[in-house]
Amino acid sequence: MGFLHRHRGLTPYLLLAPGLVYLTFFFAVPLGFLVHQSLESGNFDIGYSFTWAWGNYSAAIRGYGAQFARSFEYAGIATVLALLFSYPLAYWIAFRGGRWRNLFLLFIVAPFFVTYLIRTLAWETILADQGPVVRILRDVGILGSGGRLLATSVAVVAGLTYNFLPFMALPLYVSLEQMDGRLIEAAQDLYASRWRAFLRVTLPLSLPGVVAGTLLTFIPAAGDFINAQLLGSPGQHMIGNVIQSKFLELIDYPAAASMSFVLMATILLAVALYARAVGTEKLTG
Amino acid sequence: MSAVAVRAPQRSNALARAWAFLRHHVLTGYAILAFAYLMLPIGVVIAFSFNHPRGRFNYVWDGFTWNNWRYWDGVPGLRGALVLSIEIGVLASLIATALGTLIALALVRYRFRGRGATNIFIFLPLSTPEIVLGASLLTLFGNRAVANILPLGFATILIAHVMFCISFAVVTVKARLIGFDRHLEEAAMDLGANEWATFTKVTLPLIAPAILASMLLCFAVSVDDFVVTYFNAGPRVTFPIFVWNSARVGAPPQVNVIGSVIFIVAVTGMVANIVWQIRRQRSATA
Repeated sequence: MGFLHRHRGLTPYLLLAPGLVYLTFFFAVPLGFLVHQSLESGNFDIGYSFTWAWGNYSAAIRGYGAQFARSFEYAGIATVLALLFSYPLAYWIAFRGGRWRNLFLLFIVAPFFVTYLIRTLAWETILADQGPVVRILRDVGILGSGGRLLATSVAVVAGLTYNFLPFMALPLYVSLEQMDGRLIEAAQDLYASRWRAFLRVTLPLSLPGVVAGTLLTFIPAAGDFINAQLLGSPGQHMIGNVIQSKFLELIDYPAAASMSFVLMATILLAVALYARAVGTEKLTG
Repeated sequence: MSAVAVRAPQRSNALARAWAFLRHHVLTGYAILAFAYLMLPIGVVIAFSFNHPRGRFNYVWDGFTWNNWRYWDGVPGLRGALVLSIEIGVLASLIATALGTLIALALVRYRFRGRGATNIFIFLPLSTPEIVLGASLLTLFGNRAVANILPLGFATILIAHVMFCISFAVVTVKARLIGFDRHLEEAAMDLGANEWATFTKVTLPLIAPAILASMLLCFAVSVDDFVVTYFNAGPRVTFPIFVWNSARVGAPPQVNVIGSVIFIVAVTGMVANIVWQIRRQRSATA
């Protein structure tokens, strides 16, 4: 203890050291390895060598542009759908939930205690060709007699939307719940209609939750491959599917590494642009 | 003139009141439908845990049976996968919470150079897609030199899980520390306790709920993780990997049994906790 007394300024660094060293070794260094690997050439049998092979990047973008575009398209649609679904629900819990708010929140979180894969398999059952959803849609004529949902982009987007809902709903709830109800009352006292009070007071004040929720939903959705694999067909494959199969089935590490890096860079760029558009002060709350 | 007097004539007619009533209940009706949608797949999982599938695929209802529950262990590999997931989950939540608590203490208690950068660094793993986390770890572990010392298996799964759990632990413990009354610690020091005694007798008991919450969260995240694990498991099979492998040839209904059990245990625990909190609040206000 004497040492610590003499060097009090060191204490925070000593507390940080074990965790930060760990994250450096197993988060930051691997990202470096990923970048390094993405510039290698060769194959698994003869080994890889570092050759500044920028061609991996152009090949990734040229060869798999469709999957990249699809990832961002599906993730974008799923994020918007999740927002439209979650906002009224979070609003209801925050303002009408009363004493049982925590219990209602539990209803949002509870489904996600069933393993991700099992949940997605359940959607496979629900959307199956023999299932009730397809039957009803065929009966009312939205789907043709041979029409199906599985192996279409509808099923993949539906799965993505469902699987990341708590990431959207919880930040929304937090921002709505913290809101000072007197502000809304004040707006109504000043003759704002309920709808106008919502648009001019409630919605802007909940924007930090909207921003956090959309990011927390979009990022994992864009990198996902499970929904496309289980609910879609190769025609719905996203970039995650390509990375997964290149890494684990084709053992083409440099190509997979360059795609992973492009994915991460694109997401970071999208997040930065988004943060700029909505204002960074809203991003940090 | 008071605000009430101004508002009263504005909405006094019955039509407006009926509309307000309706709108109130439209939102409630929506909430009920939304909860039903959220629970739908869980209902399917539980229902199909009682299914008696005729073929290999557990997608069509073929009849009721207790056998999947009675013989939950009847599928080769399932028990081993479950045990591995629990072992990894327990170890990862302990290690990650220990490391994360120390980081949270430093971030909340001290003003030091590099604090902002540390905050961002902690946040980065949370905002990186899982597939990139998994892939980058595989390029590390797949490196010939590293693979000789550390072949893919138990250790690499554990390392990966601790990595992505640390950030969750930091966020959870930090939230509790921010509302912490430091006067309690000062009082202990004034009464002659040294730093270590103050930490173990005052600080630790007060942040114990956050530590427990962090361990539970890390455990849940770890047991559920598929993507990062799939990249770094080598020959080992965790429960999610077992589900993935069996999904290709038709997942057995026993998978639904395990899923249902995890769900029921987690939800029972959380409901009990919430009911207990509400009771306590009520007795405090009464």
